[in-house]
Amino acid sequence: MHIPDGFLNAGVSVATGVVAVGGGAVALKKARDELDDKSVPMLALCAAFIFAAQMLNFPIAGGTSGHFLGAALAAILLGPYLGSLVLMVVLIIQALLFADGGLTALGANIFNMAIVGVYGAYVIYYLLKKALPRGRTWFLSSTAISAWFSIVLAALVCALELAISGTSPAGTVIPAMVGIHALIGIVEALITVVVAGVVMAARPDLIRTYQPAGNLTVREVA
Amino acid sequence: MEARRKSLLIFVAAGIALSIALALIVSPFASSSPDGLEKVAEDKGFLEKAEETEPAWDKAPMADYSISSLEESHPAWATAIAGLLGTVAVLLVAWGLALLLKKRNIPLEVSRKDVGGA
Repeated sequence: MHIPDGFLNAGVSVATGVVAVGGGAVALKKARDELDDKSVPMLALCAAFIFAAQMLNFPIAGGTSGHFLGAALAAILLGPYLGSLVLMVVLIIQALLFADGGLTALGANIFNMAIVGVYGAYVIYYLLKKALPRGRTWFLSSTAISAWFSIVLAALVCALELAISGTSPAGTVIPAMVGIHALIGIVEALITVVVAGVVMAARPDLIRTYQPAGNLTVREVA
Repeated sequence: MEARRKSLLIFVAAGIALSIALALIVSPFASSSPDGLEKVAEDKGFLEKAEETEPAWDKAPMADYSISSLEESHPAWATAIAGLLGTVAVLLVAWGLALLLKKRNIPLEVSRKDVGGA
């Protein structure tokens, strides 16, 4: 759902741009506190994987394709701040090197996917984690649900921006965007669960938001 | 601890290899149908707003995930190479940025200060 140039009016471009810069500042500041020997290579790996996986459009209903976003995966593996930073790096490189997403819409794309997608997924995951028992099954269930919501929430704010910009009436664009992304979100949930499940099987300690033992503050030094 | 570090690097290397394989081998077979937003724009009649707008940044070297000089003759290779270069670029930028940010956060600074004061 990378917005190209031409869909947003100046007000929406500037407003989302300001929020994106603020979100970037927060992510950079938090990254300084959080990055350690273990999370530096994981952040780089997450970014590379998400970029590659975003290229792989899969066919979905009626001549439409969808692709993986990775906002929930990044939020769950790295936590919301590093996760948001990962999506920002991917979106900036996509805009500058690949003309995927317009430069005037970069702020909106960062807001929708790197901020609403990542923090939205994280909040839902966090609430589910609090409410549900600990364990692998519940972790993967929370992962699936938050991944689905990350796509639908990002699509919803994208539709709102299009409506506010006067590009398409709210009553038209909101149900259309949310509807198609409700389907794409199912695939997002599947991919996120598979990848999170593989990481959990191989190195559960690399999932920064998952602590099976229950002590959230212990961080092992690699 | 050293073994743990090695295991992390093996994990990360395997993940990078998988990512590069996806970009290089799978990406040419990706669906070229319009994505969710593009399809909605098409159906609801506002796609031309983007088509009529000059891109604000027209220096993207691999626009639409392709290499223009290869696109005619070898479209699959054009996509594969763009995918490979993009994945490596993202990896290096993210790793470099993370290292830069981490440097400011070395606990050693505290001990260096302590030593300096002593």
